[in-house]
Amino acid sequence: MGNETLLEDRRDFIFVKQEGCSGKGLRCDSNSVSGSVSQRACVYCGARVVLNPITDAVHIVHGPIGCASYTWDIRGSLSSGSDLYRNSFSTDLQEKDVIFGGEKRLEAALEEVIEKKHPRLIFVYATCIVGVIGDDVEAVCKRMAAKHKLRIIPVQSPGFSGNKATGYKLACDAIMELIAPHKAKKQLKQPGLNILGDFNLAGELWMVKNYLKQMEIPVIAGITGDSSYDTLLQAPVATLNVVQCAGSSTYLAKRMEEELGIPYIKVSFYGMEDTMNSLLRIAEELNNAEARKRAMFLVDRETRKLEEFLKVYRPRLKGKKAAIYVGGGFKAISLIRQFRSLGMETVLVGTQTGKKEEYEIITELVDETAVVLDDANPAELERFIKEKGAHILVGGVKERPLAYKLGLAFCDHNHERKHPLCGFDGVVNFTKEIDQSINHPVWSYLKEADL
Amino acid sequence: MLDYTRKEAYERSALRVNPAKTCQPVGAMYAALGVHECMPHSHGSQGCCAFHRMFLTRHFKDPAMASSSSFTEGASVFGGGTNLKTASKNIFDIYQPRIIAVHTTCLSETIGDDLNALIQWIDIPEGKYMVHTNTPSYKGSHITGFSNMVASFISYLSLPAAKKEAKLVLLPGFVNPGDMRELKRIAEAMQVSYTMLPDTSGVMDSPMTGKFELFPKGGTRVEEIINLGSAALALALGRAASEAPAETLSKKCNVPYKILPQPIGIGRTDEYILALQSFSKNEVPYVFEEERGQLVDILMDIHPYTYNKKVAIFGDPDTVLGLAEFALEMGMIPKYLLTGTPGEAFEREAKELFVKFGVRGCSAKAAGDLYELHQWIKQEGVDLLIGGTHGKYIARAEDIPFVRAGFPIIDRYVHSYMPLVGYKGGMRLAEFICNALMDRQDRDAAEEDFEMVM
Repeated sequence: MGNETLLEDRRDFIFVKQEGCSGKGLRCDSNSVSGSVSQRACVYCGARVVLNPITDAVHIVHGPIGCASYTWDIRGSLSSGSDLYRNSFSTDLQEKDVIFGGEKRLEAALEEVIEKKHPRLIFVYATCIVGVIGDDVEAVCKRMAAKHKLRIIPVQSPGFSGNKATGYKLACDAIMELIAPHKAKKQLKQPGLNILGDFNLAGELWMVKNYLKQMEIPVIAGITGDSSYDTLLQAPVATLNVVQCAGSSTYLAKRMEEELGIPYIKVSFYGMEDTMNSLLRIAEELNNAEARKRAMFLVDRETRKLEEFLKVYRPRLKGKKAAIYVGGGFKAISLIRQFRSLGMETVLVGTQTGKKEEYEIITELVDETAVVLDDANPAELERFIKEKGAHILVGGVKERPLAYKLGLAFCDHNHERKHPLCGFDGVVNFTKEIDQSINHPVWSYLKEADL
Repeated sequence: MLDYTRKEAYERSALRVNPAKTCQPVGAMYAALGVHECMPHSHGSQGCCAFHRMFLTRHFKDPAMASSSSFTEGASVFGGGTNLKTASKNIFDIYQPRIIAVHTTCLSETIGDDLNALIQWIDIPEGKYMVHTNTPSYKGSHITGFSNMVASFISYLSLPAAKKEAKLVLLPGFVNPGDMRELKRIAEAMQVSYTMLPDTSGVMDSPMTGKFELFPKGGTRVEEIINLGSAALALALGRAASEAPAETLSKKCNVPYKILPQPIGIGRTDEYILALQSFSKNEVPYVFEEERGQLVDILMDIHPYTYNKKVAIFGDPDTVLGLAEFALEMGMIPKYLLTGTPGEAFEREAKELFVKFGVRGCSAKAAGDLYELHQWIKQEGVDLLIGGTHGKYIARAEDIPFVRAGFPIIDRYVHSYMPLVGYKGGMRLAEFICNALMDRQDRDAAEEDFEMVM
């Protein structure tokens, strides 16, 4: 749109490396400015995305229909067991409920779903208006749980009560509420680990589990990828937590450390470098020399295969410029490294929920002239993409059409990813996808035709 | 594996399972995108705006631009007036739209924000506009929200005119840009002077230019909306989406209106063309005789494959009724018709259709959900399912051929560029339906029955 002005209130959310930092660091982790075309999601969204992959739970949205419609099976989290979570349940609150309260409707909805589906675990998400109309969701859940002898966990997630990160925290609290009563005695501890913050998108958790299997390290629970009521209750017996999506699950890891005595480490399985480091780190943390050896063997085998593969692709990608706009800062960091390994340069980095310390790492990693943005809006993305001459944008659903409109290649690194992007196989998929998008013939038709 | 539906019917009074509707604001956002240089604005939590933009983007595969008041705890206690004021300033300063179209959300409605008063309090730059509509998510559906937004554009902007012109207002209803283009093509060929409101063609199906336009070329101009009052007649296509705006225009500017069904299929397209003809008094050009004849020719060719096939159709009321009538024209039996949008008119009009074509044992339900539709199908099966993407689980569980039509379609491409309406849309639908049935026949054929010529 050729608009050179930036929203004045947004200045602090933008950081151009070359200009240096004004000392306050990048402002992040706060709400969008009113009137901004923000990409930012809400508290409910954050809570739902973390809890959704609990496959045999009934997830009931208590509120008007929209929030249930927009989150009906859109996550791409795969299940090896139940598919109950892929249905959409809600109380579809009507005007009379808004006037007289929705508790009765919630109670009736719970009765109906319990009678017909016999779940052992129900999450009730209270959306924007539930608190405003004065429903005591907690009391209803408690009463119904006692009556039917199952776990019903309320998630108080009105959209206005913070941002997506607040929702992550609420989801972590809900998980703690579920598992804390099952704290394991010392003698029951098992030499296995939980994987936190992996939602098994496109089956990624299964790939990580497969590597760990080759290292002979048992995985007790994925939290919450491909999890169930039973596997989650097992989680407290683990001796280590590894945290993959740091944005959503570090808080949970901290709580599990304090309350269940399980230490944690942060890992990333995106890209060769991070995958290798993470596997070795896990073996070291478990003090397991055998596992370390097996990991070395595995890494060696896979990286050799990959080097052959990358030899074909590097010349096709060398010198291309990437723009990154993703949810968490940790993922952005992995992506920058991954692009570097392909001989590509990252010229723009933005996140929705990145933390201060993550932005510090990001600014260290990128080139002098790169731009770093927090909660960017389309106008800013457009401006900097153009200014920096990016060839490809990595983002989520809302960025895809924007990239295409700018005539830019695109890779979905979010819920609509088409195949696993983590681990060594993920490097293959990621590289092929980047290549196929950047080098596709369609971009050549963009040049103005002589019509 | 995805099949959790129980066959036997049981009473459900409080639990909504697998909805066939969504909330009002997303409809309002879509309607506002059909006004040129308009920024749709969501007055609520930031998540609403993000969800709605995502939902529209998934269907249209085009960016849906909209801004949010970004409510915080404070706003939800003290009201969102300040947020709206800040938002208005920011939007006009930075994005420079001609008009901001505010829609409310369940939150701003419940805390009682009075948008009429709030907008009075806002400084709107010279030559710019701000309108609003009330879209409480706990009433109606996205169709209601669409209808409300269109009505509000009219009640805010349209001015009564002393002198009527030989001009028509076309209210297309909640349809794709591809449909709007087809409706306009027909009106133009009929040499009718018209204004369409809203018109998302050129916005949500805008061409690739290598340049991102915040406000693409398409959309009804503000001046055109202001001048709607001088039109001699309004055609409201589809009762559910277009009756309210037509009624508003009639009351405010004394423009008479005629409600027509969404013109899907032969009879309904005939009605549309005849309505245009009776307005313009121009002869119907040969091109439509030709297209109609082609469509009839096609239906004759394929009739052995479509006759007496039972079909279940779900989606938005106006579209479902249109698809049902076309199915009847194809000799099919619209066994189950279901919409998530509440409203008695749907069931009444469906029953009139069943009577008109003399079919028995068909049922229609408004305010239903896909779980219930699935239960019906389990009780008595159908040969074909027609609806948006969310029907794919039923189609898979019951192994029924599935034709995607309506909103939203988030797992296929191209659909939003192409029409369902008009004779051309009928040909396209006939091809979809016949291909789905015949592909199934081929798939299921025993080796010895597998035919080269069909």
